[in-house]
Amino acid sequence: MNIVVCVKQVPDPETPPSSFKIDSVANRVMPAAGVPPVISPFDEHAVEAALRIKDAKGAKVTVISMGKDLVMDVVKKPLSMGADELILLQDEAFEGGDSFTTAYALSMAIKKTGQYDLILCGRQAADWDVGQVGLGIAELLGIPSVAPVKKVEALDGRVKVERVVPDGYEVIEVPMPAVVTISNELGEPRYATMKGIMAAARKKPTVWTSQDIGAEASKIGKAGSRIKLLKLFIPVREVKCVMAEGESIEEAAADLALKMRAAKII
Amino acid sequence: MAEYKGVLICGEVADGKLAAISQELLYAGRQLANALGVELSAALVGSGVNGLSREMVALGADKVYVVDDPLLKDYQGDSYVPVLEKLCQKVMPEIVLVGQTSMGRDLAPRLAFRLGTVAAMDCVLLGIDPQSKLLIQTRPVYGGSALATFVTESARPQMATVRVKAMSQAERDDSRKGEVIPFAAGLQASDLRAKVVNKVKEEVAGVKLEDAKVIVSGGRGVGGSESFSYLNDLAKVLGAAVGASRPPCDSGWVPSSVQVGLTGKIVTPDLYIAVAISGSSQHLAGCSGSKCIVAINKDPEANIFKVAQFGLVGDYRKVLPAFAQKCKELMSG
Ligand SMILES: Cc1cc2nc3c(=O)[nH]c(=O)nc-3n(C[C@H](O)[C@@H](O)[C@@H](O)COP(=O)(O)OP(=O)(O)OC[C@H]3O[C@@H](n4cnc5c(N)ncnc54)[C@H](O)[C@@H]3O)c2cc1C
Ligand SMILES: Cc1cc2nc3c(=O)[nH]c(=O)nc-3n(C[C@H](O)[C@H](O)[C@H](O)COP(=O)(O)OP(=O)(O)OC[C@H]3O[C@@H](n4cnc5c(N)ncnc54)[C@H](O)[C@@H]3O)c2cc1C
Repeated sequence: MNIVVCVKQVPDPETPPSSFKIDSVANRVMPAAGVPPVISPFDEHAVEAALRIKDAKGAKVTVISMGKDLVMDVVKKPLSMGADELILLQDEAFEGGDSFTTAYALSMAIKKTGQYDLILCGRQAADWDVGQVGLGIAELLGIPSVAPVKKVEALDGRVKVERVVPDGYEVIEVPMPAVVTISNELGEPRYATMKGIMAAARKKPTVWTSQDIGAEASKIGKAGSRIKLLKLFIPVREVKCVMAEGESIEEAAADLALKMRAAKII
Repeated sequence: MAEYKGVLICGEVADGKLAAISQELLYAGRQLANALGVELSAALVGSGVNGLSREMVALGADKVYVVDDPLLKDYQGDSYVPVLEKLCQKVMPEIVLVGQTSMGRDLAPRLAFRLGTVAAMDCVLLGIDPQSKLLIQTRPVYGGSALATFVTESARPQMATVRVKAMSQAERDDSRKGEVIPFAAGLQASDLRAKVVNKVKEEVAGVKLEDAKVIVSGGRGVGGSESFSYLNDLAKVLGAAVGASRPPCDSGWVPSSVQVGLTGKIVTPDLYIAVAISGSSQHLAGCSGSKCIVAINKDPEANIFKVAQFGLVGDYRKVLPAFAQKCKELMSG
């Protein structure tokens, strides 16, 4: 069985909100100094989902990442967790795109890998939070998709998944090939082992350009983008917090209740 | 692109009634249609939903396309996507609005790709540019740390999903006139590639989080499943529902259905008490619409104090019992 996992490198989403800065002239996010990028957390869950299938049934797990300024230690993490192969899509022509161009490029790369049974993505990337690329890949390849999912099990020719819905989950069976997007309810991704890290260090990623995957120039990057960003800004929140006070913590707690009462909140 | 005209919203039905998001979409859609001077159409998709079409007219739709079919009883991408694809090809709207709900998160991207466009997901603000007449879409990015405004320039329809509770609800006016148009689903059971074999409900007892007026929410700092009893005790006094940030859900201290935030529930209670929650942007995405946020945290520098109206620095284990006691006293007095 061949599993492809799409993994995006993003600025660390757990950076404290106070250190989040924007260059409002260039409409760009300024990476917080000294904070290295990470694999988008849900994509790490997707890698974990793939490895669980590999453990249970045996599978070849191929990871594809598209992006610029990729940090090798970061994008190699899936390899050190146990993935078999890493393909990087790197080409200036990919830059400035949208969900459509991203899904198109990834779908072309997936086709080029040859045989694929299951494609796993994160439910949404932790930078733009769009949640569109996985489902878009399925549409472009003309295969079924399920999102967002907390459990994946490979059966004969199909996968059985648990789709997260607001009041619980649905158990769904879908024929392969299929796209499944993964949510954090899957459970913690495994740590890289020492052995894994050493194996990953020896593996060289395959790098493909837009030509390698046979992408049409009009469908990738800025040329293919359907959207135009007008403005990126930090919303102003002006709230003044009234702090409760007291000699002891119990007194402060009572003071809090009194203050809320005075403001007619309770 | 001149052949695309009008605004279409995709209604949602829950328990045989129009879901709240439908009214929010009708409100947003009406504003846009008025600004453009075009018609507002609504898609009413489901099984046994015909009776709701008049209500959609009363809520502002000029035309309601009713797609009533047993195969559309519950949302499934494989049935809803082709139906809406066909409807969009017939109506040719310049704008399509969908809710950022469990259904919309799946439907909008798939529909967009089939129509050769993309969706602006999770918009909190929509408007029409007076010159270009393009849909101006504003949505949070980076978990809500920033907002981005953009337009869909080179594809139609311009598609957006709308965050729940971000828009007002349309006002009902039963004297409004509109047209109700049946539209055939044309589906076969074999169209459903993904098959739902079981549904598991994980509902929590008591007040539903989305409907609660008061919510007591706990974070990673609560420390464990048993310690949530401190929050439950306070919730009893206040008649509140209990929510959580993501870590308590991930750790299994509380069911994941009570997660508040970007990828959990969006809540807008009158009072939201955040206990041992640091105030990450992704968490605030789910609760910043609350009328009043109260923060209890042992770290005076915690980000949650930047969005709270009232705060207390201290160990919640000491704070909550005394606070609950005083509230009880005040509320009975
Ligand atoms: C401020 C801003 C806002 C934007 N908002 C939108 C918008 O609302 N709609 C829109 O269509 N475009 C938007 N874009 C364009 C943007 O570049 C993306 O659409 C595009 O990168 C996909 O969105 P995402 O990164 O959030 O991915 P998502 O759709 O959230 O990604 C889902 C999954 O797809 C996979 N994936 C995504 N990107 C890659 C990659 N590069 N390599 C490998 N796997 C990947 C991962 O598994 C990921 O978890 C915006 C851009 C900016 C700068
Ligand atoms: C794409 C994406 C989506 C996400 N979606 C969500 C989401 O929907 N909802 C969500 O909540 N998170 C979400 N997250 C996770 C989010 O980034 C944060 O990791 C999470 O919200 C942190 O939860 P927390 O505040 O409970 O924990 P922490 O940040 O660890 O904060 C714990 C707090 O407890 C305080 N504390 C500890 N002990 C005590 C005590 N005894 N008394 C008082 N205070 C104490 C500490 O001072 C600290 O401030 C998402 C992340 C990503 C990347």
